[in-house]
Amino acid sequence: MTVDILAADNLSRRFVVEGRSIQALDGVSFSIRQGCVTGLIGPDGAGKTTLMRLAAGLLVPDGGSIRVLGLDATRDALKVQAALGYMPQRFGLYEDLTVQENLDLYADLQGVPMDQRAQRYQALTRMTALAEFTNRLAGNLSGGMKQKLGLACTLVRAPSLLLLDEPTVGVDPVSRRELWAIIERLVKDEGMSVLLSTAYLDEAERCDDVVLMHEGRVLMQGNPSDLSAPMGGRTWAVRGGRLRDLQARLAGKPGVVDAQVQGDHVRLVMRQDADASAQFSGLEGCSVEAVKPRFEDGYVDLLRSRAESRSHEGMTFSHPVTESVSPVIHVENLRRNFGDFWAVDGISFEVNRGEIFGLLGANGAGKSTTFRMLCGLLPASSGSLRVTGLDLRHAASVARARIGYMSQKFSLYGNLSVMQNLVFFASAYGLPKKLRGERIGWSLSEFELEKHADQLSGSLSLGYKQRLAMACSLMHQPDILFLDEPTSGVDPLARREFWQRINALARSGVTVLITTHFMEEAEYCDRIAIMAAGRILTLDEPAIIKAHAKTTDNPEPSMEDAFIHLVEDAGREAA
Amino acid sequence: MSERGGSLMRLKGLVKKEFLQIARDPSSIAIAFLMPLFLLVLFGFGVSLDADHLPVALVAEQPTLDSDEFFSSIAGSHYFVPQRFFGMAAAEEAMREGRVNAIVHLRADFAKTLAREQGADIQVIVNGVDANTARLTQGYLQGVWVNWLERRARNAGREMVTPVKLEQRVWYNSDVRSRNFLVPGLVAIIMTLIGTLLTALVMAREWERGTLEALLVTPVTMTEVLLGKIIAYFALGTGGMLLSVGLAVWLFGVPLVGSFWILFICASLFLLAALGMGLAISALARNQFVAGQIAIVGTFLPAFLLSGFIFDIDSMPSVVQFITHLIVARYFVAIVQTLFMAGNVWSVVLPNVFALIVMAIFFMGITWRKSKKRLE
Repeated sequence: MTVDILAADNLSRRFVVEGRSIQALDGVSFSIRQGCVTGLIGPDGAGKTTLMRLAAGLLVPDGGSIRVLGLDATRDALKVQAALGYMPQRFGLYEDLTVQENLDLYADLQGVPMDQRAQRYQALTRMTALAEFTNRLAGNLSGGMKQKLGLACTLVRAPSLLLLDEPTVGVDPVSRRELWAIIERLVKDEGMSVLLSTAYLDEAERCDDVVLMHEGRVLMQGNPSDLSAPMGGRTWAVRGGRLRDLQARLAGKPGVVDAQVQGDHVRLVMRQDADASAQFSGLEGCSVEAVKPRFEDGYVDLLRSRAESRSHEGMTFSHPVTESVSPVIHVENLRRNFGDFWAVDGISFEVNRGEIFGLLGANGAGKSTTFRMLCGLLPASSGSLRVTGLDLRHAASVARARIGYMSQKFSLYGNLSVMQNLVFFASAYGLPKKLRGERIGWSLSEFELEKHADQLSGSLSLGYKQRLAMACSLMHQPDILFLDEPTSGVDPLARREFWQRINALARSGVTVLITTHFMEEAEYCDRIAIMAAGRILTLDEPAIIKAHAKTTDNPEPSMEDAFIHLVEDAGREAA
Repeated sequence: MSERGGSLMRLKGLVKKEFLQIARDPSSIAIAFLMPLFLLVLFGFGVSLDADHLPVALVAEQPTLDSDEFFSSIAGSHYFVPQRFFGMAAAEEAMREGRVNAIVHLRADFAKTLAREQGADIQVIVNGVDANTARLTQGYLQGVWVNWLERRARNAGREMVTPVKLEQRVWYNSDVRSRNFLVPGLVAIIMTLIGTLLTALVMAREWERGTLEALLVTPVTMTEVLLGKIIAYFALGTGGMLLSVGLAVWLFGVPLVGSFWILFICASLFLLAALGMGLAISALARNQFVAGQIAIVGTFLPAFLLSGFIFDIDSMPSVVQFITHLIVARYFVAIVQTLFMAGNVWSVVLPNVFALIVMAIFFMGITWRKSKKRLE
């Protein structure tokens, strides 16, 4: 008989945040098996972290129970904690201690006998490639290295169950791949059981088992292929004409679950009952090719079938764009230093009108610094920078009136209502009274915010916050829209809606610049620039970048493969 | 490994970590060593409650030998810097502009009336904006007047006849130096800074940065985490105390009349109460900004204003006096001031020690109750 290594039974937990009650977990039951990686998948706010903390005995459930390694995690918290390893989302490394001192502390806390330490440290630092950095302060490590050190500290005494809460957030693709390799080795060689939470759907496919969570409930549990297999025969790649028009046309058709621009084609997911041949009738002159279903297709299908959301067929933005010079953005040999550190080290590119241009890179690659310079928020150290034909050095405020900016943190006033936020931004941009009413009306209807007009924006769900932030940044009808990591943590459906809107904007002539660390989102862009250490490694259409990464072993590389390929090449050249 | 051995190893690891962090964190060093130095220098050299070299205006409507004699005895006192004015209008102008603190006015008939039986009047006008200095000025001027009269009488070969003769002696701080009174009190302020403010900040930082979440999911107990903090910051606070006492005695020449060891024991008790407050604040706030605010408004400022460090508690309104009983520093200030200046006065030390013990137990108790090994 196999013992469940972790079993949740009808677990619920409610939080009160700023007077609002949030049901973080709502009758969650599942169990995980020994010796495999179980993925806890879901967007932000699905309840993943709460579940992890309950399993680690750090929270007490309102109802139900959770048993870990045969012990009740709430009553026998201390015993459970002694037996498991838990890496919280922001692993609490002491940044003012060195790598070695962090390891020593955790070895002391975990009671690792002195005579076993040397051997254990050696194994851990070799596994995490930290051996040469043992005397470096943890605060001076890169994001990926910090995460690996966190993992090493958690593993200092080999636990039988390892809980990892979003270990790959904010980690560059190379480190992400290394982390996964470590996890897979632990499971295979040491027979460890791992429960790992993630918002990245592509990671689900690496798990042996997945628990899909949404708004505090478990949607399904099973093998990742359980979700993608039923999608067989329902996924297509459609090519022909302007992709963005094609995508808009396809998204509006009945029977279509999902239509997304994906590099050089539109990826189409059909409903189960849809008669495919009939659906393609309107697509003369287009090539249709069957493609392999993915986990995400199944997830979107599952979510859509639950919440019948409005399709964004005819989404058009009545958005008059002032005729302007093309290229709209012209950057040449742009540099910016902070002390000795060159955050941006000589980059050049141009962006044309109506283009969606993506900036990709790990944390610290220089994306945000570039963005701030383009918006006129940060002066460049050297190089030239023209936005809508205006030199930002001399006409920053004129140029700024023609750009919209949406930051990662959405910059909304949480204690103002949706309506008050819109009114504030309308007046902040100095819109004339008549136009003000018109634009606010447009925002409310275009972003479907009417129902929430009087709600405090702080209490909106992440998806709605994102809509409101975008409405605010479009208030003054800018020609260029800057989006800084706009989709972090948003669930796949909200992310799709968001991209539909971006497509519609681009079709109406707005130029969109976007930074993202979701590799697959790069494929929605017309062109992307991949950045590392302040430089542009490559700049091209996504399909071409992927084509460069083609090898005999990997004839169909993903964007992530292409990224890793490029970064490794750059590393070899530097060495 | 035995349970106790494991616990000892964990505690050792935590204490070592605290010391490494203290050594590498510039803000701990600043609060633990630079702030005390700054405060000591400021209060030791800069701030003085003594009235000295007070500018006074002297106006004699008709200068005579008597008026000159009187004025020169004012000039002879180190309390005053006299300035002669011709006419009240000019003197009043100087007072309005704040150039002088008081006006001594001798009327034209000063010499004449002085010879009479009922004596002469002098007019003294004091700037009352700073009430404390005004009172001191008034008192010192009166002293000068009495001395001058005595000397005059002696010179004339007569004994001055006064119904009561005042013989003043100052005990405990015979030089009446306010530094002797301020610097010992500073020890309490400095230990509040280290014990409460610094401890509240570093503990809140652990909550804020998520380091505590990672610690809690190890076999470590909350008691061990707290003990680690207490041991490290107790050592740091003791260091701050020794630094302040050393500087007080050797740099500022404040005599330590009482026993150093009684001072040391009382300081340790006070430090435990201060640490208890700091840890209790961080357990409630869990956020550096809020914890810092509470520590400053709730402990540091009261220690400054309501502990008797500068302002005499007995002259406060009774409501405020009642509130001072809630201020931990009050009990310790009473002890240090007594030990430094008056010696081992057990009737002062013992009740205050008792209060410190109660306070220490109370705040440590809150900390223990509020710091559960949970995230809520």
